[in-house]
Formats: sequence, C-alpha cells, structure tokens
Amino acid sequence: MILRARGLRRYFGEFCALDGVSLEIREGEFVSVVGPNGAGKSTLINVLTGLLKPNAGRVFFKEREITGLGPVKLCRLGMARSFQLVHIFPELTVLEFLKVAVVSRLGRGGRLFSSLARDREVHGQALEVAELFGLAEKQTTPAKHLPQGDKKLLDVASAFALQPQIILLDEPTSGVSTREKHTIMDILVSASKRIGIKSIIQVEHDMDIVFGYSDRIIALHQGKLLAEGTPDAIKANEVVVNTVVGKKEWARRA
Amino acid sequence: MRRAGLALVVALILAMPFVAGDYYVTLMLPFFAYSVILLGLNLLFGYTGLLSFGHALFIGVGAYAAAFLTSKFGVMHLEAILLAAAGAAVLIAAPIGGLCVRYVKIYFAMLTLAFGMLFHSFLLKFYFVTGGDEGMRVLQPFLLGFDLSQIPKVRFLTRPFYYYSVVVLAVATFVMWRIVSSPFGLCLRAIRDNPDKAQSLGVSVKRYRWYAFVISAAYAAVGGALLGPTTGQVDPNLAYWTHSGNIVFMMLLGGFANFFGPLVGALVFIFLQDTVMSIVPYWRLVFGAILALIVIAAPGGLMGLLDRRAVSWGEKSRQGGAPP
Repeated sequence: MILRARGLRRYFGEFCALDGVSLEIREGEFVSVVGPNGAGKSTLINVLTGLLKPNAGRVFFKEREITGLGPVKLCRLGMARSFQLVHIFPELTVLEFLKVAVVSRLGRGGRLFSSLARDREVHGQALEVAELFGLAEKQTTPAKHLPQGDKKLLDVASAFALQPQIILLDEPTSGVSTREKHTIMDILVSASKRIGIKSIIQVEHDMDIVFGYSDRIIALHQGKLLAEGTPDAIKANEVVVNTVVGKKEWARRA
Repeated sequence: MRRAGLALVVALILAMPFVAGDYYVTLMLPFFAYSVILLGLNLLFGYTGLLSFGHALFIGVGAYAAAFLTSKFGVMHLEAILLAAAGAAVLIAAPIGGLCVRYVKIYFAMLTLAFGMLFHSFLLKFYFVTGGDEGMRVLQPFLLGFDLSQIPKVRFLTRPFYYYSVVVLAVATFVMWRIVSSPFGLCLRAIRDNPDKAQSLGVSVKRYRWYAFVISAAYAAVGGALLGPTTGQVDPNLAYWTHSGNIVFMMLLGGFANFFGPLVGALVFIFLQDTVMSIVPYWRLVFGAILALIVIAAPGGLMGLLDRRAVSWGEKSRQGGAPP
C-alpha cells in the first residue's frame, strides 16, 4: 500500500468539505477521484498533500504517518502534486522552471555560490523532462509566453521532474481543449512509466478521460465516499451515474 | 557588447580620480556605498519579491558599528569594521527576518518599517550610548593595515578610500552575481513568481526568504559602514524610514528587474539630487514628480527603458532597417 487515509474530516467554518473519507492506493494504480462540484475532491487532494491539515483522520504514506506534514517534507518523501488552476513561474523559462524541481529533488537549493549554468546534472535532467513532455523546443521561452495548453503541461511536468513515487493531479486537463486532453493524458502516462512513478491519483471531471485511463475510480459526494471500484463497476453503479454524470448525459453517451 | 559596456564603465570609474574634480570624486563615495546596499536590497525585492521599508535599520547598524569600533574601541582596520558590521547585521537580522518573512506584501513592508522605526528610536533616545540626535564620530580608518592619517582628508577620500570602496563594491557585486546565478538564486526567483508552486516543488519558501533577508541585511550594513568615513559622522537619520524610502526610490529609478539597475539608480539619484539641490530648495518635489513618472511611464526603471530600446533596435535591424 503506497497511500492510506483513514476517516479524513475537514471543515471550512460550519461547512464539512470532507466527512470521514477513507481510501487506499496501491502501487501501480491509476486512480481517479470523481464527483460533482463541491464534493470535496480538491479538498481531499489538498489534505493528502499537506496543503490543508485535516480536522480529524490520519494519512499514511508507505505505512509512515504523514498527517499534517507540509508539502516540502512530503515532496522529499516522494509525493508530488499539481494544481487545478495553472500554477507557473511566469518569469522563468521552461528549462529554468523544470530546473527548480530538479534542484529541489537533488537538495541543491541551498547552494549559494555554485553555478547553476555549469551544473550538467541539473541541466540534463531538466532537459530530459522537457523532452518527455514535448517542451524541449520551447526551453528558452518564458513560461508566461506559452499557450495555455503548454502552461498546463509545464505545470504538470515540473511535478514529474521531482521523480515522485506517487503523484496527485488536480484536474490535469482542465482549461485545455477537448482535442488536447487525450494527448496530455497519453504524455502523462508514458512519462510516469519512463520516470518510474508508482501510482497516480487524479481529480477529473471528463468521464471519457476517467474511464479511459483509470484502474480504479473513487466517487465522492457531499464530502463522503459514494462508491469506489473499477471503471466497469462504476459505469454499472446507478447511484454514481445519477450523481456524478447525470442521467441525461449518460443516455446521450450511450 | 554587454561586457564591453561593463569594461568601459569600470575604466571610467577607475580613471575618475584623475580626470574629475575632487567634488565629483567624493560624490562617487556614497554611490559605492549605496550600490552595495542596493545589491542586497534587490536580492530581497527584485529576486525574492519582498519589499522592505526598514532597510535603513541595517544601514544604521553598519554605520554605528563603524562609529563604535573606531571611536569607542579603537578598532581602526576597515576590513575588520566591514566584517563586524556584516556580523552585527546578521545577528540582528536573523530574529527580525525570522518574524518578518512569515508575512508578505504590505504586511512584510509594514513590519520591516516598524523594526526600522524601533531602531531609529533607540538611536535617538539612548543618548548615553549612541549620542542621540548628535550622533557619533567615525574616525578615519586604516586601509589594508595602513594608517593614512598623515594624508589630507580630501586626498584620503579621493584616492585610497575611493579605490578601496571600488574594490569592496567589485567584491560585493561578484559575490551577489554568484548568488543570483546559483541554484539558490533560481529558487528565490521561483518563490518571487509563485510561492505556492515553489513550495509544492519542495522549495522551503520561508527558509529561503529568511536567507535572502539576512544576506541583504549584511549587504546594507557593509554599505552603511562605508558611508561613515566619508562624512566622519553618523546620526539617527541614517536609520530613519525616509532613508529606507530613498533606497527603494533608487532601486525603482534604476530598475529592479536588471542586476545592475539599482546601481544605475544609485548613481543617477546621487548626482541628480546634488544638481537639483543646487538649483532649487524643493528637491523632494522634483524627486516626487520623477518617481511618479517612473512608476507610470517606465515601471522597469532606466535599465528597463534601455532594455526596451535595445530590443526595438534588434527587431528593426532584423527587419533590415537601420537603428536610429
């Protein structure tokens, strides 16, 4: 078991965004978290990755308790994430952006006087990730000048550059055209195999993407676990279909 | 092209004592001191994204370190004074920075301003220690172990002290260049652009901000210590908040996005202030107008304007047109 959570509860004032959610993620799994808006998907990712502390419940990463550990420590343990909205360093070039992740992973961020330009290891690894994500040709372009799809890809690529054991992606294809979504997902899957990422958890609204790429699906509703199972099992689950996809939409797809 | 320009500037600076009058050569001394200060301040603002309105505190620490060491403890070696000033600033900046970097934007600026005001009040009110509003004397220091007190003051300032300041600035510039070109410098720029993203990539945001704060404080103190010997006197105004405002102005004037921008800002500020003050008594009015103009018309400062022109020349020459 690579990641385990027990009874996660998180309040925002009176509102209970997560209400006793438990889950287990095994090595080698691609798990999608689905649910309507306000189901608690992003809160779950934020709690699992240490950005938010749970009011109750515990999180274990490879059987080590990580509840309340901040993102920096979790990063060092081998957990990475990307955000729902595009998070970039606008003034950094594509290669510099990826170098931040590589420098952080190699523990070289505290080096005050060594030359970054002469560090071949950092340069090589950053370039390798840029090539994996098809961004090598734009390596000298400032991130702010990239098209929206490339910004999203760069944001996700930087999390991959950390070479984590598990990666949590909050809507990795949001804000991207339907045509580009499958391209991005194919890149993510092949990059994760190449880098050696053991498990992926993604929050996703697009059910084509969810059913097409997931080994297992976790459905949330009003902060609670609604169901979990294989894509086929979820497709056959009327409650999930009604709550997450909607009857009309499901009929249209069929 | 850039290296040739830099070499020309260095050559001009080195030749200045032989080609310019003593008055203008002594005007260069605060330029060297402020340049060191601004290198540090720009690490904090231009590279890390934290605007300090209390950096005069550390200038005061450096200046008063020079005053105490020369006039109270008989430590006359400037090398020792500069090291002691940097050390004192690090000791003071460590706890202050630890608190301030927990906040950002206006809260960080206001906190640094508050600590600056506290220190200013200390210098003003603890008369028996600091001399109050009269300040303290800074005796002429030894340079590289040489006691040059037999040389007339102006001659001392325009030759040995001038070149000593040039070397201090050169070393400070080289060290800062290494810092901003290092993996640490890259992490600072990442923090400036997006601290949440930097944190999600494992960059310890608060710790690196703290490092930047402490380094910038050490630079301010070294610059502060260099200011003392020129006037032979330090007073609490060095630590007053308007002084913090002046160095922020210099940084904006030159352009914080460029490594050398703040240095250009310091040079223009000092010479412009001197010129305007000799013409009209209302120099602050003129400077206020200039600051407003910069913020509105050239937010990248003077170096930003130059960069823009360079880009436009480049584009025109690529299109076959001759540069203007």
